[in-house]
Amino acid sequence: MDLDDTPEQAAYRAEVRAWLDEHSSQAPILQGEGALEDEDEIIAARREWQGKLAEGGLAGVVWPKEYGGQGRGPIEQVICNQEIARAKVPGILDAIGVGMLGPTIIAHGDEDQKGRYLGPMLHGDEVWCQLFSEPAAGSDLAAVQTRARLQEDGSWRLTGQKVWTTNAQFASYGLLLARTDADVPKHKGMTMFIVPMDAPGVTVRGLRQISGEAEFNEVFFDDLAVDAGAVVGGVGNGWGTALTTLMYERVTIGLGGEGLGYNSTRFAGAIAGDEHARRDPEVRHQLGEIASELLAVRFTGYRTLTALQKGQIPGPEAGLAKVTIVNGAIKAGDLIADVQGPDALEKDSEWAYMISFLPGLKSAGGTEEILRNTIGERVLGLPPEPRLDKGIPFSELRSKEGAAA
Amino acid sequence: MNLALSDEQVFLREAARGALSRFKTLEAAREALDGDQSALPDMWPAACEAGWPGLLIDEDRGGAGLDAFDAMLVLGECGRVLAGIPLLGHLPASAILNDSSNAASLLEPLAGGERRAAYLPVSPPTDVDEHWSVDPRHGAARATAPTAASSGEGTATVSGELAFVPDAPNADLLVGVALLDGQPVGVAIEAGATGVSVEATTRYDSTRSLGHVSLSEAPATVLDASAESLAAAWHLAQALIAAESLGSVETALDVTVQYAKERHTFGRAIGSYQAVKHSLTEVLRQLENGRSLLYYAGWARRGAPQEFPLAAGAARSVAGRALDHAARTMISVHGGIGATWEHDAPLYFRRAQLSRRLLGGTGAATDRVAGELIAQADAA
Repeated sequence: MDLDDTPEQAAYRAEVRAWLDEHSSQAPILQGEGALEDEDEIIAARREWQGKLAEGGLAGVVWPKEYGGQGRGPIEQVICNQEIARAKVPGILDAIGVGMLGPTIIAHGDEDQKGRYLGPMLHGDEVWCQLFSEPAAGSDLAAVQTRARLQEDGSWRLTGQKVWTTNAQFASYGLLLARTDADVPKHKGMTMFIVPMDAPGVTVRGLRQISGEAEFNEVFFDDLAVDAGAVVGGVGNGWGTALTTLMYERVTIGLGGEGLGYNSTRFAGAIAGDEHARRDPEVRHQLGEIASELLAVRFTGYRTLTALQKGQIPGPEAGLAKVTIVNGAIKAGDLIADVQGPDALEKDSEWAYMISFLPGLKSAGGTEEILRNTIGERVLGLPPEPRLDKGIPFSELRSKEGAAA
Repeated sequence: MNLALSDEQVFLREAARGALSRFKTLEAAREALDGDQSALPDMWPAACEAGWPGLLIDEDRGGAGLDAFDAMLVLGECGRVLAGIPLLGHLPASAILNDSSNAASLLEPLAGGERRAAYLPVSPPTDVDEHWSVDPRHGAARATAPTAASSGEGTATVSGELAFVPDAPNADLLVGVALLDGQPVGVAIEAGATGVSVEATTRYDSTRSLGHVSLSEAPATVLDASAESLAAAWHLAQALIAAESLGSVETALDVTVQYAKERHTFGRAIGSYQAVKHSLTEVLRQLENGRSLLYYAGWARRGAPQEFPLAAGAARSVAGRALDHAARTMISVHGGIGATWEHDAPLYFRRAQLSRRLLGGTGAATDRVAGELIAQADAA
């Protein structure tokens, strides 16, 4: 057991660091002096920077070489992330595409799709968004109602609404989970599609959050036409394809908590600056409890990495780390606001932003309740709740739900 | 990076589980609570056979030359079955002696377990308290550390009081910290020497042997261990009791999950209800957090000694809360029977309540986490 780099990992770290030393000056500045302010300029600059990172081999670290990646392991990915953070430069813009959707296309897509989409995705030329959740399909994702209808010429027409879609406002493509057959049980009648975001019939509307900013969107599809080549992983196999994406999402969240800035060092720094609070036993006790749990998550991440390195797939228990991070950060925001008073809630305060962001994050990537259900069943082996939707065609579920109520 | 158990560590853990399974520890714990202390099995010979007394002693001094994480694996197994093996006292004491160059003759008989040591716990200063201090006999205020007066080359007499010292009764050697001209020094004191009295006591948990130690100009060997080593012994004790507590959490969770699968109400296993399922995943969440911190502490003792106080404090803090929560969940999921003498749950509950108040208590460990992080922030 050790936390040090192997000689190979150290060599890789040196390689990444050398590239960053040489190229960091070209990175866009997002905070502090000289920071870009215009939203469009920021996106353009970050896309360009992602292209540079890709050329340098710092994007798509775990992607196979044949698709432009580095063919390396998850540990090298983490080393790369650590070095990018150390260099204080932004990472890739399209973490959702490169981290979750690209690997899904690599796993389930056909050769035409891989050849057409993966390169521009990796280089930031085409940003992607994930079109899974709907107003009535969140925790119960397999309840999606966005309908894709097969046309006589083999093309498809899509109608419906997606929501919580990060980056949709500037995305070129989306990976969309739609219902293609409502007359079979719900998990069986879905299909995954690649959809163009700039086509007629696609409307993107920003959803403002508690902070006042609109970081995600709702997306409406009104009879959008796509051809047969847009289907990923086969008609009727949408759920299996979606599970691949969700597995990569768990890995991204499980290993990325520190990247969100919810760590003990940052929170302790906010307390250390107050001469009274840093000696107050109650403040110290709360800080100690919060920080201990957040520290634990860092090492849980290393345990996950060890498992990945041995070729094991991280299980749902990685979701516990998300619960710890979110709840720990909520308590930390509360404590810091208690210490700093109303100043913590000032418009441009980093703490006001965090305090506003966290209530929504509690539901993102799986609500705490769903995570606890899944972990209770899959890790502890507890029996599932009785379900009313097992084996029933999707089209009959609505009347069934009405009867049960 | 590799945070997995080695084959040797897996073997060590399984061998420990096997060795401990030969004893009926839970039955003995219950009988001892009823007043029959003789029901508690003497497990020290089994510990010696397994080589545990020498875990943290170098190989060339007769020990196994292993590290804190290995010791934590053994303590975890002890915690699973509430085994009262006096390693919590012995191992930190052996670590101080192992770090001293003038303790070879004291160390050798400890490595094989012919003699047993107990650690006199003295907590090192924090960012808000500059004193070395000990647990008080009563109340909330920390008590002053023992003092030493030089009595010749490498010897001293030590005076002071230490309350609720784990595993002190029947120890042969007491090893800890005393202040000599205000500076911390390591001291080793023969338990049978004049001026030493150890009053055996128990509180609430019959499996935990405690002693109030009085030293009145007791003759001591002054060890040449560094102040860092003396502080590290305190942090090691924190990590060990954390590991032991998490072992108890494992059993509490296993037993409770099993029951939640078997017990039915309203036509369903109770584990299918979200209220029960979510409270059990909360036990698992705290257990997993604690396990991750054991890895941190196990690595930091040698790999990043400046982080050992933080890592061990965090492990203790999380483990203490985890055990309390696990024991309470164990009782409530089992319903009324869980709160009776018929069931094992009260034994784990008793273990949780006492463990959280020993060795400074989980509160002090939590405070040290805050202090270490504030100091890090100041340095940044």
